[in-house]
Amino acid sequence: MSEDQNLTFTVNGKKYTLAPLPGETLAALLRDRLFLTGTKIGCNEAECGSCTVLVDGEPILSCNYPAERAEGKNIVTVEGLASSDNGKLVLHPLQEAFIVHGAVQCGFCIPGQIMTAYALLQKKPDPSREDIRTALKDTLCRCAGYPSIENAIQAAAVAMRTGEAIKPPKLADSANQYRLIGHSQVRPDGVEKVTGKAVYTDDLVFDGMLFAAVKRSGVPHAIVRSIDIKRAQAAPGVVAVLTAQDIPGSHYHGLVIPDWPVMVGVGERVRYVGDAIAIVAAGTQEAATQAASLIEVEFDLQPVITDPVKSLQADAPALFEAGNLLKHIKVRKGNMDQGFAQADVILEHTFHTPITEHAFIEPECSIAVPLPNGRMEIYVGSQIPYQDREQVARALGWPEERVRVVGQLMGGGFGGKEDIAGQIHAALLANRTGRPVKLLFDRHESMLVHPKRHATQIRVKIGAKNNGRLTAVETELYGDTGAYASLGEKVMTRATTHSAGPYDVPHVRADCYAMYTNNPPAGAFRGFGVIQSAFAMESMMDMLAETLGLDRIELRRMNALKVGSITNTGQELRDSVGLIECIDKTEAQMRSIIGNQPLFASRKVPGAPALRRAWGFATAYKNTGLGGGSPDKSSAEVELYADGSMEVRTSAAELGQGLVSVLQMIVAEELSVPLDTVRVLVMDTDLTPDGGPTTASRQTYVTGNAARLAARSLRQAINSTLAEKYDLPPEKIRYSEGLAHVDGHTISLGDIALEMKSQGQEPRAMYEYWAPETKPLGQGGDMHFAFSFAAQAAEVEVNTLTGEVRVLRVISTNDVGQIINALGLNGQVEGGVMMGLGNALTERFIVKDGYVLTDRLARYRIPSIVHTPEIIPIIVESPTKDGPYGAKGVGEIVSIPTTPAITNAIYNAVGVRVDSLPVDQEQILWAIHQASPDMLHKD
Amino acid sequence: MSLWQKYLRPKSVEEALAGLASAPGPACPIAGGTDLLLDLKQGYHPPVHTLVDLTTIPEMAALEIRADKLFIGAAVPLSSIVASGLVLEHAQALIEAARLVGGPQVRNTATLGGNVVHALPAADGTIALMVLDVQAEIADLLGRRMVPVADLFSGPGKSAVNVEREILVGFHLPVRKPHQASAFRRIMRAQGIALPILNVSVWLERRAEFIQDVRIAVGPGGPTPWSASAAEETLRGHPYTTAAFAAAREAVLKQVGFRTSAYRASAEYRAHLIDGLLNECLETAWERAEMD
Repeated sequence: MSEDQNLTFTVNGKKYTLAPLPGETLAALLRDRLFLTGTKIGCNEAECGSCTVLVDGEPILSCNYPAERAEGKNIVTVEGLASSDNGKLVLHPLQEAFIVHGAVQCGFCIPGQIMTAYALLQKKPDPSREDIRTALKDTLCRCAGYPSIENAIQAAAVAMRTGEAIKPPKLADSANQYRLIGHSQVRPDGVEKVTGKAVYTDDLVFDGMLFAAVKRSGVPHAIVRSIDIKRAQAAPGVVAVLTAQDIPGSHYHGLVIPDWPVMVGVGERVRYVGDAIAIVAAGTQEAATQAASLIEVEFDLQPVITDPVKSLQADAPALFEAGNLLKHIKVRKGNMDQGFAQADVILEHTFHTPITEHAFIEPECSIAVPLPNGRMEIYVGSQIPYQDREQVARALGWPEERVRVVGQLMGGGFGGKEDIAGQIHAALLANRTGRPVKLLFDRHESMLVHPKRHATQIRVKIGAKNNGRLTAVETELYGDTGAYASLGEKVMTRATTHSAGPYDVPHVRADCYAMYTNNPPAGAFRGFGVIQSAFAMESMMDMLAETLGLDRIELRRMNALKVGSITNTGQELRDSVGLIECIDKTEAQMRSIIGNQPLFASRKVPGAPALRRAWGFATAYKNTGLGGGSPDKSSAEVELYADGSMEVRTSAAELGQGLVSVLQMIVAEELSVPLDTVRVLVMDTDLTPDGGPTTASRQTYVTGNAARLAARSLRQAINSTLAEKYDLPPEKIRYSEGLAHVDGHTISLGDIALEMKSQGQEPRAMYEYWAPETKPLGQGGDMHFAFSFAAQAAEVEVNTLTGEVRVLRVISTNDVGQIINALGLNGQVEGGVMMGLGNALTERFIVKDGYVLTDRLARYRIPSIVHTPEIIPIIVESPTKDGPYGAKGVGEIVSIPTTPAITNAIYNAVGVRVDSLPVDQEQILWAIHQASPDMLHKD
Repeated sequence: MSLWQKYLRPKSVEEALAGLASAPGPACPIAGGTDLLLDLKQGYHPPVHTLVDLTTIPEMAALEIRADKLFIGAAVPLSSIVASGLVLEHAQALIEAARLVGGPQVRNTATLGGNVVHALPAADGTIALMVLDVQAEIADLLGRRMVPVADLFSGPGKSAVNVEREILVGFHLPVRKPHQASAFRRIMRAQGIALPILNVSVWLERRAEFIQDVRIAVGPGGPTPWSASAAEETLRGHPYTTAAFAAAREAVLKQVGFRTSAYRASAEYRAHLIDGLLNECLETAWERAEMD
């Protein structure tokens, strides 16, 4: 019998002979021993598909495949697809198609997508849509560009069959004419991401690196009575074990309120199951994990609060000295008595939304590297590098400058990588041991620890005239911010201010109670509170339309915000309110699909008597930028090099959303240079100026402006140099494709850089951009400097025998001010719809008595390619005065109307009003039973 | 702790049994490992010292006709079963079930043997096998024996196969005779773990408008994969009519042990779903059986 013999196998055409290691998976072998880190580990539980490689031509999940099985096999990884022609990289058609079609966003799942698709095309050179969906069923993409992935695979298949070039997607460009802005541009990091060369934090290895593990409380509410680390310290391979008493600086972190303990010490309070008690560094991950499990903690268990409504009650145990109320948020406009007195009809209903989980495919990873000069580097994929720096420095008790955050590519964030994850723990261990320390969360830890979307209870009371005109909207919200504040106050403020919908309502009152509980913390998550309140309000609008017998679309149109409207926080909208255009275009698109039939009728499906189909409609708006009086600024720097290339630098984060393309395009546009002469460097606190947090759909606007204005400053400096050199007025200088034309002379930008240097002038410019000032809630005036608007229509199919719901089509119309990158925008639209669809149908993060039940990806379902409807994107460009070229935020608005469009469609199909998310098929079935029992008859 | 210390790649069942017997610590066979490795990683399976790989044993990777039986090795990956013309011809329900297990990557490693030994009461592959009159071949150091597949389960997640010293070698299915057919259907929930809320498989033999013989399995109909014997009784030898179906459905509901699983499905919901699922399976098998 063959046992413990060397393994001989082939990877990407190269033969290897290696001794097997106990417990080694193929993914670990490829990544750790062959340094083929293109194969990604997203879940390590055979759910996400990122680790897919081919073994003898068949795709398998290498995270769950013993390395021993490689014996005698031929393995192909993503690194094996591209070839080389005289040293020049030749991409496989699939790789090229993924780039050209914008199927690559954060890039983390892409090796898995490409390998799965590669295996499919080997067998089926002309795959149908169904073939692709079957093959990619379990290869998850949380950026969720599934339609683009499908299109890319089909485009590659065509190219492979015909030998022709990859056909690009047909996307509408901007209506406005710019050289680069408004057209489709491929990502600058696309090639690395499709070849597996792209480096994410866990791909990094440092000499002497230790591995960390965190001992978590495992109980939702308790006082720590004792911590015994002796067994852990004595465990093999362990280099350091630290508890709260070993923290040299601040014991707390937090983005707004520092209420989150770095570690909970003896005598201190545990507030959720993910609280850290101790941290361990050891020579291997296994040793660290094993040692952490040996730490013994005694607790005095405390009563657990799990419900934000109960948390506000007087007899609820206090989680903080100041009580459980993080913030009571109030919106007041007009006079409610008057508003409801004017109403012909008043409706009131209460809605519930669950906690949901970001489920970015790349789990959190931080590596802290102590430097000989006494500084510390933190390698991490973070949405707010400068705040990481500040928080790490504070915990170490150091000045901020001693810490450098070196941001890495991020495998998705969606708001879930704004708070501290492992950055501080890694730094504390690196500081103690003097060695680099990697702290990688596994999927289980990721799901337990990082802040989620707020669960809410939202009561809406709505008054309207018989003609549909809204007279008053009163809302009361409870938001579950969990154990710590994170961005809870901001999120729930946004939920509250947006809770009357994108409508012009004369009388508004909203009260929100953002409550602490013993659930995992809740913080930023794409949609930022507005996902929840839009579900409630848009459901109410449909209920109102039905009560009044009015057309759902007309009801929204007549109440829609427009230029000159006053929002419910007292802000006059002066420009860029494309809501009615979004509504009109969505309706027109529906009409073109449905013809003269009633738009919202329930329709039977020929040959399938149990099925009912119908469309649903919803609108939304979402602020761009921090707003509420927070200074909203960003800095960017642009430098010209002697080879004629440029670099734009800012700490703003790239998490897959495509900011790097936006910045690259803006700089190239402003300086009239070819796109590929501009490099983009982001997320490094030593090398890039502060771009602020990547949140609130703000970066295209704020950092886009910073880059644009930095580029303009540089252009002015170049103008002055040339004007002086040639003794001509700057207006006489023309630029094109990297050259300056001055009165018959042509000079390259590279030569200009040299010229500037020779004159003692640095060929670079920095710009600190301050977005227009905003006012805090309650003061009236501009609470935000821009809003994006949207309308969506969703067509669903409900099975009246099972209650199952499927989404068939979504029309997504978004007013983004101005298209910057049509390709990147399309990816955001697709991903936004899919995340909204998940929010409606598949996602529910379950916490019972403070314990997380959905603690693995297998228990928390995110949409896959098989859930993907046909997505019809429509772009409205209603420019905002101060946005770059008129652009405003995109990232969140694209996701907000999807859920209510789906739930309204379900109502229209089968008469069941969903007021609690996610849609529960069993509840749908029983409600059909009650509402229209005749529907249950099969014919 | 490593997931295993020692990994054996035997070339025969006998070698594998010897490997299990001689391991210096807890030992366990591994086929696809798609469930086993996760259970080990997540602490749902006691630690093992030695894993004995069954996929390297040619006998267990066979899928072939042997006399009047279709033999499916316990280590045949589900993707091979799904693609097999033999299985399509003789055990269509098994194809319909196997193609729904996991995604394509999982099916390329997961095996029917693993599906059965994992012993979940609603495992798709298992529920399909339950109606196909399958004999499982079990080997231990004393020799081989045949066991009806229904006898392989001792509780939810508990197999009657003693994996410390026994190996499930494969499955013997009778080849299909004219007017025999099978079908499988299931219903999932949109949220949470990818296990069926309910699955049903049916095998029947048709004689003109009569049901000559029939077998029905329902998961999760009890703590182990469950046969609807009373419902089979109501149908066997009778014409297939609306009334016969109604009686069969009632018989299932009377006999079955549907439970309410928190966050997944109530017993009442399952009881409701059985109507459509059973009907669909019977109809499909009935029509298929007419064809030859």
